[in-house]
Amino acid sequence: MLETTGAKKPVTTNPILDATGVAKNYGAVAALRNASLSVLPGEVHALMGANGAGKSTLVKILTGAVRPSGGRIQIRGETREFSSPGAARRAGLVPVYQEPSLIPDLDIASNLRLTRTPVEPFAEWVRELGVNDLSLGATARDVPLAIQRVLDLARALAAEPHVLLLDEMTAALPADLAERVVDVVRRQSAAGRSVIFISHRFVEIAAMCDRATVLRDGETVGVLKIETGVEERIVELMLGAKIEKARGVTHGARSTATVAGPPRVAVRNLAVGKLQDVSFELANGEVAGVVALEGQGQDELFEALAGARKPSAGTIEVDGAAVRFAHPADAIRAGLALVPGDRSEALLMHRSVRENIALPFSAPFRRWGPIALRKERATVTAAIERLQIDTRAQREVQRLSGGNQQKVTIARWIAAETRTILCFDPTRGIDVRTKREIYRLLRELAGQGFSVLYYTSELEEVQHVCDRAIVIFGGRVVDVLPVEIADEAALTRAAYGLPRQSEVAP
Amino acid sequence: MSVTAAGAEAVPLGKRIRRFMSDRPLVPLVILLVLLVVALQILRPGIVNERWIANTVKFAIPLAILAGCQTMTMLTGGIDLSVSTVATMAAFIVSTQAVEHGPVIGVALALLPAVLIGLANGIGVGIFRVHPLIMTLGTSLVGIGCLQVYQRTVIATGTKVPAFLSWLGTGVTGGFPNALLLFIPVASLILFVLNRTGFGRLLYAVGDNERAARLSGVVYWKVILALYVGSSLLAGVAGLLYVGLIKAPSLSLADPLLLPSVAAAVVGGTSIFGGRGGYTGTILGALILTVLTTLLTILQMPEGARRILFGLIVLLVTAAYLRIVEDR
Amino acid sequence: MIRLIRRNAWVAGLCVLFILLAVTTKLIQPDYGAGDFGSLMRAVLPYAFAVAAQTVVVIAGGIDLSVAAMMAVTSVTAAAMMNGASESHALFVVPFVLALGLCLGALNGFLIVWTRVPDIVVTLSTLFVFQGVALLILDAPGGGAAEWLKGLVVGTVPIPFLPESVTAWIPKALIVLVICLAVVWIPLRRSQLGLSIYAIGSSELAAFRSGVSVARTKIAAYAIGGLFAAMGGLSLTLSTGIGAPIPGPYLLASVAAVVLGGVALGGGKGGLLGPIIAVIVLRLVRTDLTLLAVDPNATTIIEGLIMVIVVMLGAFLAMRGRTR
Repeated sequence: MLETTGAKKPVTTNPILDATGVAKNYGAVAALRNASLSVLPGEVHALMGANGAGKSTLVKILTGAVRPSGGRIQIRGETREFSSPGAARRAGLVPVYQEPSLIPDLDIASNLRLTRTPVEPFAEWVRELGVNDLSLGATARDVPLAIQRVLDLARALAAEPHVLLLDEMTAALPADLAERVVDVVRRQSAAGRSVIFISHRFVEIAAMCDRATVLRDGETVGVLKIETGVEERIVELMLGAKIEKARGVTHGARSTATVAGPPRVAVRNLAVGKLQDVSFELANGEVAGVVALEGQGQDELFEALAGARKPSAGTIEVDGAAVRFAHPADAIRAGLALVPGDRSEALLMHRSVRENIALPFSAPFRRWGPIALRKERATVTAAIERLQIDTRAQREVQRLSGGNQQKVTIARWIAAETRTILCFDPTRGIDVRTKREIYRLLRELAGQGFSVLYYTSELEEVQHVCDRAIVIFGGRVVDVLPVEIADEAALTRAAYGLPRQSEVAP
Repeated sequence: MSVTAAGAEAVPLGKRIRRFMSDRPLVPLVILLVLLVVALQILRPGIVNERWIANTVKFAIPLAILAGCQTMTMLTGGIDLSVSTVATMAAFIVSTQAVEHGPVIGVALALLPAVLIGLANGIGVGIFRVHPLIMTLGTSLVGIGCLQVYQRTVIATGTKVPAFLSWLGTGVTGGFPNALLLFIPVASLILFVLNRTGFGRLLYAVGDNERAARLSGVVYWKVILALYVGSSLLAGVAGLLYVGLIKAPSLSLADPLLLPSVAAAVVGGTSIFGGRGGYTGTILGALILTVLTTLLTILQMPEGARRILFGLIVLLVTAAYLRIVEDR
Repeated sequence: MIRLIRRNAWVAGLCVLFILLAVTTKLIQPDYGAGDFGSLMRAVLPYAFAVAAQTVVVIAGGIDLSVAAMMAVTSVTAAAMMNGASESHALFVVPFVLALGLCLGALNGFLIVWTRVPDIVVTLSTLFVFQGVALLILDAPGGGAAEWLKGLVVGTVPIPFLPESVTAWIPKALIVLVICLAVVWIPLRRSQLGLSIYAIGSSELAAFRSGVSVARTKIAAYAIGGLFAAMGGLSLTLSTGIGAPIPGPYLLASVAAVVLGGVALGGGKGGLLGPIIAVIVLRLVRTDLTLLAVDPNATTIIEGLIMVIVVMLGAFLAMRGRTR
């Protein structure tokens, strides 16, 4: 029924969706500063940006899940403000989110009824998308994840939206379904409907998108026509001036002399969450970087190593002996501790700096008794001094700055003399000076024979702290770059699953 | 962002007050207590004298001990609604057994069900992750049932409050209630555990941020199990003291203390969400509520109004606390 | 058909359990008759409404600790209003009390949404407040109830074309229960609101993204819970003829029956039928224990233990579900 209007190419060139100057502040933090996005009728428009560039915030604003702090959103020339996802839906902007938004405990028919989606077109789209054996009576929870995403898409399509917003639509799909999706999206555009397509996969973007808007640090930095060779240009835009800057940096890291004996930690064929088969080793006295796009399973990897999550397959070896962690306490006993990216996951926000640092001391049952205050104070003070934590506001950790908070989480494991620290994006959202101090500290630790696994979303950090970069994409380790060549451009290419540059263009 | 928040120059007044409140939560409590006493003195001139003070302290002590159970459980984000049942059981058992077996065995027998109920609570909350409110309510129901059965087996024996308990509960020596002999060590112990032991640290840690505690190697169920057993034991002790004070063991002896014990901890600045508070505030809270009860009695406020008031106090203080925390 | 059975396996299992218990009852007490069944149903009535109230709220992902207290308030209100009043006056009392329950429940929901204090704390506070209100209305059991209202839950009603030997086993209390629950539940289950209640219980985020107004739905769920609680309060007054300001043991019983009835604590799953059958089963267990001449106080212990174990099991299953 949509095909009848299919042949006509859009005549108007007025954008159907036009967002300009969109900004969003969370407290003092600006998630978006000046983002704009203009989508023409019948266009498939890619929205791209590195981790933390503001894509997801922009999506939330466009779909009414979050209210912007500034800017203007026009739909067909009319200024609109969406107070809820329902309002955006009624205005013809229908999203398909990364996580399925079907109600898990309702059957498919009820889910359709909830969003007042007509059943007939939905069923038609489901068939169109290559799922033939769907029963409307099935509970959403029991439907495989990939199919749930397809159903989400079908439900969005059945609402006949003016603008369809697909957030990482193809990420969890097997190849045949992904192909179907690309196919359907192309036909949507032929029918005069617009699609905003958010994806990390260049292949798909090249296959179906007309233009791409690139975000960097909360700002729109370019709108490009998709043509051959545009990938390089997009990567450049996503990185911005950082490329130049990064090249000037001397490597803070240096490869350490190899220590004899087994590696400190060895991961073999580990499967956990999105990770299917990951193997690598972490030597004594090494800082190994982990590089991955958002949502590639890096958090699950760190949690598994810290004993906070059980892997479904594979082994972890510490000092050559296979280990099995049932609780983080086991990992800590083996000398592995996690510094999570979100400081609020690691800190007792209402307690003092001292209590936060001393927490692991009290954890074992035999240490539940009276605290040796003098000894504790000495250990904690030593850690505080070593990290130069600003303790003016030490009564409550929540009153410290982000950088000092992060130092406290690291100081905890230094005071406990943990041999391997798993740092998950420890410098996220903290100031440059503190970042430098953390780099220096980690190098120092490595010099003393400690080892560090270091995931970072800011790729330039790899050359500041790491000895190697382990790149994960699609559930596997796709490349291990020595620090000398692990600059931002090389890492970005690797993280997107593109081959090393030297192998394509000499 | 990189500057610490110690500088007070740019902090608005409201926030400063809130910080003051959270740094020195005891000051407003003391002021409130004094205000209540003054109000009492104005309403009934001459009521406030040495005897009245000793009496108030006497009645505040069992409440303060039960509120100690609430404080410790609330620090971990829990609550213990079985304390009144445990206290009643201990009181009733000691009143029936001490006559025959002597005080030592009597007290031991009285505290046995406390340990059992505490164990059940700890296992339910710590391992099965039942909400503490539901779990403790359930064990409390079972406990009451057991007590009723027990009552019928000892109906012939009759009850007699042991002399040493009435001495402890009601006696006054040199102007000081004898109950202080029990309370001061108990309170010191609670304060010491909360502030100076690893276990106390873990209570705060689990309540403040369970995930962070877990990542630091804290095993949740061990802490919770120990906590609820301790809380129950404390409730049993409070029951022994209370029966010495009331001198009439019944099957609903400590029930009227349940709601005030929660309110005393909340008023005393312990957050029902966990991680914040301390026992000093709770002691003040228990005193405040005892004086408030006297005030309400003088005003001839019916029991219903008292419950409404206490319910509203819990809700308002919790909501206000939430506002303070969110407004950072 | 197979799917229908599988989906309702839990309820079917409960039915089997009920039948087994019924047979046991007959074996223990060969002259257990229609009259005994009638009194069982009368005893079940307030429990069943308490369970219905809790079920709606739990499906919406919440919990209502004030169920028993709301029943007390509505019970004493009805008893106080009908005390000494004319028989026809009761015609106004019933809708008034139902509306009161609706408002009390809505108040719970509103406080939860507005103060953002967790449901369990809000309803604990209102539990105390409602208890106080009930005590203010009547400080001791008292009041009265219109005779025709009392007659509503006693005895049986002749149904055309059914022999008396059958109608004797259909006590009025059961009919009242079924009608009251059906009048509210069936339209709700078919409405957009009912769907939204399941949706917010299952996943608040997904519901929000599907365009459901989470706040409004939550308030509505608590309000319906309040309505059922008011029915429970009325049934208390009707079966005893007076209003009692001290809440009975309905809270824990309601939570236990909800869990035993296949409604997951945490929300989004289950229906009303399971919990209702579960509560009848729990009452029947009590009857059997009494018939076995077990000490009635020991019966309380066993009952309490069953509830605690059921709740622990429910929490355990909910935890397993979360980590999966």
